[in-house]
Formats: sequence, C-alpha cells, structure tokens
Amino acid sequence: MKSGILLDMKNICKEYPGVQALDNVPFQLEAGEIHALLGENGAGKSTLIKVLTGAESLTSGAVFLNGKSVRVKNPLQAQHMGISTVYQEVNLCPNLSVSENIHIGREPRTRYGLIDWKTMESRSRELLAGFDLDIDVIRALDNYSVAVQQMVAIARSCDISARILILDEPTSSLTDTEVDKLFSVMRRLRDEGMGIIFVTHFLDQVYQVCDRITVLRNGRYICTENTKALDKVSLVGRMIGKDYSELSGSRTSREETGDKDILMDVRGLYKSGTISPLNLSLRQGEILGFGGLLGSGRSEAARVIFGADRPDGGDLSLEGEPALFKTPLEGIRAGLAFCPEERKVEGIVGELSIRDNIMLALQAKKGMTKPLDPDEVDRLTRKYIELLQIKTPDEHQTVKNLSGGNQQKVILARWLATDPRILILDEPTRGIDVGTKAEIQKIMISLADGGMSVVFISSEIDEMMRCCERMVVLKDRAVVCELSGETLTESRVMQSIAGKGE
Amino acid sequence: MKLKRTFSEISLLTITLALFVIMYGAGVLFYGFRISTFLNLFNDNAYLIVATTGIFFVLLTGGIDISIGSVVAFTCVFSAWLLEKGFSAGFVIPLVLLIGLAFGSLQGFLIVKFDLQPFIVTLAGLFFMRALCSVISKAAIAIKNPFYLKVALAKIRFTLGRQHPKIYFYALFAVAVVLGTAFILKFTKFGRTVYAVGGSEQSASLMGLPVKRTRVMVYGLSGFCASLGGVIYSLYTLAGYSLQNVGMELDAISSAVIGGTLLTGGVGSIFGAAIGVLIQGLIQTVVTYQNLNTWWTKVTVAALLCLFIIIQRAMSVNGEKARKNRLIKAA
Repeated sequence: MKSGILLDMKNICKEYPGVQALDNVPFQLEAGEIHALLGENGAGKSTLIKVLTGAESLTSGAVFLNGKSVRVKNPLQAQHMGISTVYQEVNLCPNLSVSENIHIGREPRTRYGLIDWKTMESRSRELLAGFDLDIDVIRALDNYSVAVQQMVAIARSCDISARILILDEPTSSLTDTEVDKLFSVMRRLRDEGMGIIFVTHFLDQVYQVCDRITVLRNGRYICTENTKALDKVSLVGRMIGKDYSELSGSRTSREETGDKDILMDVRGLYKSGTISPLNLSLRQGEILGFGGLLGSGRSEAARVIFGADRPDGGDLSLEGEPALFKTPLEGIRAGLAFCPEERKVEGIVGELSIRDNIMLALQAKKGMTKPLDPDEVDRLTRKYIELLQIKTPDEHQTVKNLSGGNQQKVILARWLATDPRILILDEPTRGIDVGTKAEIQKIMISLADGGMSVVFISSEIDEMMRCCERMVVLKDRAVVCELSGETLTESRVMQSIAGKGE
Repeated sequence: MKLKRTFSEISLLTITLALFVIMYGAGVLFYGFRISTFLNLFNDNAYLIVATTGIFFVLLTGGIDISIGSVVAFTCVFSAWLLEKGFSAGFVIPLVLLIGLAFGSLQGFLIVKFDLQPFIVTLAGLFFMRALCSVISKAAIAIKNPFYLKVALAKIRFTLGRQHPKIYFYALFAVAVVLGTAFILKFTKFGRTVYAVGGSEQSASLMGLPVKRTRVMVYGLSGFCASLGGVIYSLYTLAGYSLQNVGMELDAISSAVIGGTLLTGGVGSIFGAAIGVLIQGLIQTVVTYQNLNTWWTKVTVAALLCLFIIIQRAMSVNGEKARKNRLIKAA
C-alpha cells in the first residue's frame, strides 16, 4: 500500500434551513486505501458525499486535495479533479451502448472528425477485460444487470483517471458473486494507489474489504479507526451511540403484560429480493419493535405486511382469519395503518391543508365515491389536533408550512382517524426535535394501553427500549431473533445486530 | 444472445418496415400500385418528411414541439406574400429559413433557460405563428415567381416499359435531409448527445455533456426543418394560405411513433420516422383509391398508433422482466 494523504476535509459544516446536517466533521482519505463511511439514518454520510462531489455547497470548512485547497462547485468539476462517484442508481444512459457509455463526451475520432466506432468498441473491450468483464459492448446498457452497469460506471471513472472513487451503497442490489467481483476490482484499484470511499450498511462487507472506518452520527464525527482495531459490536455501538461496556444487561423497557391475545400472525411472508420469509406474531395492545440497522429489511417487512409491497407468498392471519393484503387499500380496510419512513415523499401532501391531509386515508377507507360528512371531518380534525397537540393556528393551514414534528403528527392523525387496530410506525421520530419525540412516544404508549397494537421501527435503540414490549431483530433482510421479557436488553439487541446473537 | 439483440433493439424499425412492405404489397395486388405510386409517396409527402426530421430530434431528447404546423404555414404565407411584393426567391428563401431557425431556437431557449414545459411553450408558438399568418393575409396568395415555378416542376422522369414514373427534385431533397440526419445522429458528438440526453438528462450532464446547449439546438433544428418543410410545401402547392397544415405537427409526431420513436426519449431511428410518414401516405393513397371519406385515413392511423404504442410498451415490459429474471437467477 502506498500512503500519503489524498483528500483532507476539515471542519466541514453544512446547514439546511433548521437542520445542522454536518457539524465540524473531519475526513481524511489516503492513497491506496478503502475507507468505509458508516452511520445510521441522518448521520450525514450522504451529505458529506454531496459536499465532496459538489452536489451541495458547504456552509463552512475546507477541502484539501493533494494538499491544495479546493472548492468543488459541481459534480462535473469534481470529475475533472479526479473525484468520481458511482451511485446505487447508476448514472449512465441506459439507451446507449456499453462502449458509448464509457466514451461519450470524449469519443475517439477519425481523421475527418467523425466518431470512430470501431476504435471506441475495441478500446472498451480492452478496458472491460481488465475488469474481468466479457460482455458485448455494442449492446445497450439496459440489457445488463445493475452489477454490470456499476462495473461499467467504475470502468468509465477509471478510464478518465479518477484518483478518488466514491462508491455510494453500490452493493445494495447485487448478488454475492457480484459483490465478490466488485470487491476484487476495488482491491486491485486500491493496490494501484486509488483512494476509495465505500458507503454501505452491510457491516460484514466492511470487514471484508475496508482498511479504515469513519463513523458519523447525527451529523457529528465519531471516530476513525483501523478496521482491524475495531470489533463489530463496538462498531455497532459507535453507530447507534451506545458504548457496549456501558450497557446495562438489565431491562429498561416496559413490562410485558403476560398473555395477550394474538391479533396478527405472519407465517412465511416474503417478497423475493426484498425480504426473506417472515415469521412473527403481533398481540393485542402491545408495541412490537422491528430492530436492526438501516437496510436490514425492517421497513421492507412492514411494507409487505401492510400491502404497500405486494408479497410473493406466505400467509397472514388476522384474529385467526386468513388475510393477505395485496394493496394498501386492502390493508386499510382490514384495520391496518402505516406511517412510512419518508414522510415527505410517501406520506404528506404538502400543498393540502391539515384537514384535507387527515381525511385522505379516511376517504380511501370509505371508498372514493362515498362523500364524507363535512361536520364529521371537522370534528375529527379538531379532535386530533387537540389530542396530538399539533401546533397550528387552524386546521386549514397548508401542511408544508408546519415543522417536521407537526407534519409527523398530521400523518399520525390521518391514520388514527381511520380507527385502526394495528398501527405501523416507520421511524416516526426521525428528524424531529426532542420534545416532540417524547410526545410521540407517549402517544404511542397510550394508544397501546388503549388496546391498539403498534409496530414500531426506529434506528434509535434508546427509544425502542423505552417503548417496546417485544422486539424482532432483522439483519440482511431476515429476522434473526425475537427478544422479549428478560432477553430484551440493549446488549442482546446489539449482539444480534452485529451477528453474534444466541 | 445475438438473436436477442436483433429482437429488442432493431425490431421496432423492422416492424415498421415490414408493415410498409406488406401494405405496399397488398396495394400492388389489389389496387395495381405501380412504381409511380411509390415515387408519389415521396413527391406528396416530402414536406412532411422534412418537418418530421426536425421534430424527431426534439422527440429524441424527450421533448415535444407542436408549433411546427404553424411554422410551415407561416413560411408558406410569408414567402408567398413577399414574392407577391416582388422580392426575389434568393432573398425570400434564406429569410424564411432563418426565421424558422431563430423562432425554434427562441422556443428552445425559453424552455431550457426557465425550465418550462415544452408543450406549453410550443403551444404558445403554435398560436403565435398561426395568428401571424392571418395578420399577413386571410386570403390565399398564389405564388407566380418564375424561380419557384421552375423549381416546383423540376423532376426526373424514368421510362420503364410503358410506365413513366417521375420524382420531383424537392422529394429527392427530402431524402437527402433524411440521409444527412442519419449521418449527424450517428457520427457527430451533437447527435450522440441528443440520444444521451433522451436516455437520462441527469446522467448526461454528470458525464459532462453540453445538455442545455443541445436541448436549445434541437428546438432550433426543429424550427429550421419546419421552415424548410414550408418552402417545400410552397413548391408543392404554389400558394400560401393561413389555414393550411392545421394539425400537421400531430402527423409528424404520429409518423415518428409509428416509426419506433419512444416519446420518453432516447430511442428511435430517423429511417423509421421517415417510413412512418410513407405509411401514412400509403393509407391516404388507399383511401383515395377506394373513394372513401378521407377521414378514414385518420381512423386507420389512430388504430396503427394504438398498436405501436402497445407493442412498444410490451417490449419494454418484457425487457424489464428479462432483467429481473436474470437478477433472480443470479441470486
């Protein structure tokens, strides 16, 4: 391995309106290393990458490339400086041929200034042979799997002499053999002196291929360590903000209240490529946590249960009656409610008023053609604004003007208005202030006490422990264990996440 | 592998071509089509071929330009009016071409600079140009300029047995425009950028391609080709009338679609688009032979459009399925 600092980022700050996405974060990349950048949701990984590639400008701080201070204005300029990024969503043109994707913008020309297709194709073949990739370069890119497309993107980056390669969750949609192939290419590039930043949420892969690890949490720098010096459990601890040695082995969570009736029973429910067969049961009036790291399959599990993603097979029963939801509407009609993770994208209709947002799910449940009684809607709206303490002058305020916490409450109100039996909350407290967080936790617990069954998903182990009576832990898109009673302790959860359970 | 490529990437063009051959063959059998029928397809539709070529660039980038029918009409009316006033053809033709180019570029500039919907901008362009036609003259103006008369009648006449098929110079010119376009799209950086922009605008700009400039240029080209089509149309009819070519932009778009162009951009062949024009011409010819109501042409074109869109959709869905299967198999 060659050494020498390739990239040095100092005191990087990035502020979005109301949010400090990065707070004085340092980052160093050496030539000839693979450097993992890790962190949970909202840790600031993607913001750091965006700042580095010029997709976002930094609020303050400095970036040094080979010792020289630089200011990256846009991704194109970053490429000229030798910083290339390969995203999970491949940034190539699917309709063009493989060789053209590698060469477009810098095509070889004939002596008349025309594009020289023959040379272009033979060069592409040579280049890809170096990546152990024997494909027909004349075919359009979208004939090939994502793995091949990513390899082509990497080949393009190398061909335009990148010195820093950023791989942003490249392995999420790859198979094991494809991952191995990618890793061997990464190792080869590292040995040639390239600096590689590897963003992923698969910890096993970090240990397979990375030399060093930098952990971010909540926009703050936590640590940079040699992979060999950091074991998996302490890594998970750094990521979720708990030091393993400080963890109590005792229960901090709510007492489990004995034998409640089973409300929903899930047996072997799966969707290929998304979630492996699930087995779990949900009891009347309990809060069941879905634990695991980002990308472990916890949201996917919830989506399949609710019918937001159509399951490929398996059984689900509700109070003993078979019920499988192929669409969200079927789930809603059966008394399920689902607050998705990305509330801006999947939940809130920002242009509509609070009242209209709340009545959306109710209308869907009742049927599109049947009018709702306006007085009833007014009554419900006022009830939930009061109950959830949504801070707004009146119910006709457009939702996009509310704060994140209040938006989350509106979504919650929407689902509560449908009077559900089962409420699924996917990261309901993400990105909202501490006060509102506590309020939402309180609401959740009081709902459960009132007999509603709640599925709760969160990246923060603290609040999971506070709220849940039982927890299923997911890893690599499958349930690895179920914890309750005496076994539900922070240390057990972390061991399970790190893959050292049982 | 090889066979599969042939299927997924070339087949739209092949289907279009096969359709044309079958229709023409049927015409030969049932209506006694001759060589002249074939050549007349070019003679009668030269203006549409040229205008389609222009809009084809825009469609490839995933945009749309519905102003071209009005630009064709404006070109005809304005040149007829100028010629009537005594201006020479050597002045009028470059002027109207320049206006078409400038007008198209302006539309492109507005679309790109202010990130506007191409549909709305070119709709405004459609109204503007159509209204200008009527401002210039509500009545039709005949063209009596000697140069126009001469060029309009310039043709090549063959002798094949007792047949004497002929092809006009302006029809040959349209063919040359198609060949030139094919060359530009295949062998120049501009041409490849057009495809890249249509494939993924974001990727194209990340790869350092001049996306904005290219998008302005395709609208400029579209306007230019429309005015060129207008010049050919004024040779074809030797008149200019403010209400001519209403809805012609839709003929051009449907020709491109029948020729295998995806309206989402990035996929299409100029030969396909040109054959699409010929197919529409062929339907028109059959309808005339049958002495049917001319609107039967539109009925048939509508049916064909539906068919082609369904085929395109089915093919892209098939492609997705195949990809998914590969993924699952690999896993």
